Amino acid sequence: MSKLTTAPNIADPDGFYAELLALHEGRNKAESDAVNARLILVLANHIGDREVLREAFATAANDA
Amino acid sequence: MKKIFEVSLYPYQRSTDQDAEAPVRHPVVVVGAGPIGLGAAIDLAQQDVPVVVIDDNDKVSFGSRAICFAKRPLEILDRLGCGDAFVDKGVVWDTGKVFFDERQVYQFNLLPEEGHKRPAFINLQQYYFEEYLVDRVRELQAEGKPIELRGGNKVLSVDPQDDHAGLLIETPDGTYRMEADWLIACDGAGSPIRGMMGLDFVGRVFQDNFLIADVIMEADFPTERWFWFDPPFNRSQSALLHKQPDNVWRIDLQLGWNIDKAEEQKHENVVPRLKAMLGEDVKFELEWVSIYTFQCRRMEKFRHGRVIFAGDAAHQVSPFGARGANSGLQDTDNLCWKLKLIMDGKAPESLLDSYDMERIHGADENILNSSRSTDFITPKSEISRVFRDAVLDLSENVDFARPLVNSGRLSVPCVYDGSPLNGPDAAGMPSRTRPGAPAADAPLADGWLIDALGDRFQLLAIDTEAPADFEVDGIAVETMRISTADIPTRDLRDRYLGDAGAAVYLMRPDQHVAARWETFDRAAVDAALRTAIGRA
Repeated sequence: MSKLTTAPNIADPDGFYAELLALHEGRNKAESDAVNARLILVLANHIGDREVLREAFATAANDA
Repeated sequence: MKKIFEVSLYPYQRSTDQDAEAPVRHPVVVVGAGPIGLGAAIDLAQQDVPVVVIDDNDKVSFGSRAICFAKRPLEILDRLGCGDAFVDKGVVWDTGKVFFDERQVYQFNLLPEEGHKRPAFINLQQYYFEEYLVDRVRELQAEGKPIELRGGNKVLSVDPQDDHAGLLIETPDGTYRMEADWLIACDGAGSPIRGMMGLDFVGRVFQDNFLIADVIMEADFPTERWFWFDPPFNRSQSALLHKQPDNVWRIDLQLGWNIDKAEEQKHENVVPRLKAMLGEDVKFELEWVSIYTFQCRRMEKFRHGRVIFAGDAAHQVSPFGARGANSGLQDTDNLCWKLKLIMDGKAPESLLDSYDMERIHGADENILNSSRSTDFITPKSEISRVFRDAVLDLSENVDFARPLVNSGRLSVPCVYDGSPLNGPDAAGMPSRTRPGAPAADAPLADGWLIDALGDRFQLLAIDTEAPADFEVDGIAVETMRISTADIPTRDLRDRYLGDAGAAVYLMRPDQHVAARWETFDRAAVDAALRTAIGRA
């Protein structure tokens, strides 16, 4: 059974998406890449559960 | 004054073997008088196994090379009767600092646990390490132990047979032949013996070069391990500064792949690099400069009939984590007691299969850790660099990122989980002393537990009864009764009893746990001992 939440789970999806884009506003590619990498690490640590993380990797890689 | 590594310590001398009609057969011949070969020879000679060590050289290692020695190898050196010399000379350290770009992002303390005779780490030049082992060889010779060290003896060919190995050896006086019931090849990463036998040594090559410089300076850098990622003085690369005895400092500078090695090693090119790092005004003298590349690889099997490989000859790792010499000493620690039992006819030759199994397990653990460190230190793609830098950036302010920083995971002894030599475990006892684990040291009422262990099978009866010394199939088992009430600290209780009220441990001659129970049962101990010598 999948442990990763794949059903919609974010309130106000449009608002969230706008905040995500705002995070990158005014940054060049290298700066954005760095922010993304830090973000992935911060979120991954918050999740912590290796099984959930592996499922998330697979989902992101489109081979779930 | 001559440096120790310029002194001929065991110059060539003609051996009577060279005048014999037929090749002389020796019980054990060790090829290579480095840290591992000398360690093996001392171990065997202490147990009265005649051993001849041959080396084409007659000096200790040129340059400092391996400098970082962990607690477990120091305990092995204690068992070999010479640990004090190393620890007295070595530099003890426990603080590491990590720098990224121009700032310090992170500081760690190895937090050495209390209640151990030996420190977590010492730094000591390999040439001292080898010198002290040669001193120990001389001491054993003076006691009449059967150990011989032949310098200027180079193996030209090896002829492996079912019950021995033949050797053709070149000396300044010409060639001679010799035979060994058992041949232990400790002839380094480039092992000529391995090459002569056509054995594979596969793994991963890392496309990078590192400049090592040992400098002698009167500097007030603290006794800490400093590691830089992407510092201003070595852009996009890494750097390491670590203290050794005699005001010698190890400096390690990553150079990248496409460099001219000969040019980079020239002192006129090395000195400006070091000045950029240390400051223009710091006065230093270069003791040794070398450029190395590295690989992580191992042999498929370490034992090939009567030829057994140990140390770098059998497995090679990157230097990050100090897992080379440290793991090599654990190889021969594992090997020598087994060989002795087999030579005495007390254990089947198949016991050596467990050497392969246990030490390949150790080698794989080291290769995994060392490869991961290397991937962190030298990112192999743009995205891996982005993640690496993200970890370092975060580590300055956010705790969770610090365990992800990998400037080398320092050597810890391997637990032989799943080994066929392991006997039963008992519920409720601490995981760290489970069957397969090396003994965890602890203070006794008088002295240290680790000093009371080794070189024979032993039964530790902690807060319980067990009969005095006995024999199983001709193998002596020595009983050691310990009452935790007599010991002022809780360490032994915490490390060996846990939730149990009492414990009986069967210890192997290499100080590893073979089996443990809550109470003594003769039949169970007999069975576990047979398992531990490969008879079950």
